[in-house]
Amino acid sequence: MSKPQFVYVTYIRTTPEKVWAALTEPQTIKKFWFNITADSDFKPGSPWRLKFEDGRVADTGEILEAVPPKRLVIKWRNEFKPELKAEGWSRCTMEIEMADYYPDFGGKAVKLTITHELEGEGTKFIEAVSAGWPKVMSNLKSLLETGDVAFQEYAS
Amino acid sequence: MTNGKGDSLDAVFRALADASRRELLDRLRAENGQTLNDLCARLAMTRQAVSKHLAILEDANLVATVRRGREKLHYLNPVPIHEIAERWIGKFERGRLQALSDMKKALEERTGE
Repeated sequence: MSKPQFVYVTYIRTTPEKVWAALTEPQTIKKFWFNITADSDFKPGSPWRLKFEDGRVADTGEILEAVPPKRLVIKWRNEFKPELKAEGWSRCTMEIEMADYYPDFGGKAVKLTITHELEGEGTKFIEAVSAGWPKVMSNLKSLLETGDVAFQEYAS
Repeated sequence: MTNGKGDSLDAVFRALADASRRELLDRLRAENGQTLNDLCARLAMTRQAVSKHLAILEDANLVATVRRGREKLHYLNPVPIHEIAERWIGKFERGRLQALSDMKKALEERTGE
């Protein structure tokens, strides 16, 4: 495997179980992921698909690994932009662990690390996802810490 | 890592309040996933200084690292900066600020010709 094209980390004052649930429950995903619907049972080998609110398919793939509440690996390809789809499969790894961070939260918080690597050559897909991940991760953090999201709509 | 008081943003602002550390972030922005050797080769800083600055950036969560075999790769992690923007820039101002920022960039590029 090539080296990851990007690595994003956020610390969330919650439990690993709640982060895992948020990443794998379609009704929660919808809240922090700009009304995207995730179709999957999040079991290894199962298909995985993201759909926009209007029903268009955004991304498709397969669950490669699912170890609750620690590690989720998704084989991932864009479907709605031909130039991104042409770059082929990528691999997104989400890792959840407890880490020392917030002293005012007993000195511990959940560290969520998301890495995304493209299997082949190309830069457009990685550029596109790297614009999206910080927003999605900020929303997830807000949702779990305050019960509300920061951004309702995806505005670049 | 924080000082026990305040919030994790203290560490972010402290880390950003140094030109050498901002330069390191610029280098990672230009090319993500560099080793300590890669970064040292292109900077007029000692290896010890680069290493110390990277540790401060990593504590502030502005740099994330991944091990690949014997190598430690450094990545720019923009999530804390995004959280700062989110805290003080309302979601409705974002579009206008982007337009201003695009205009400033376009005008400055023209002046630079």
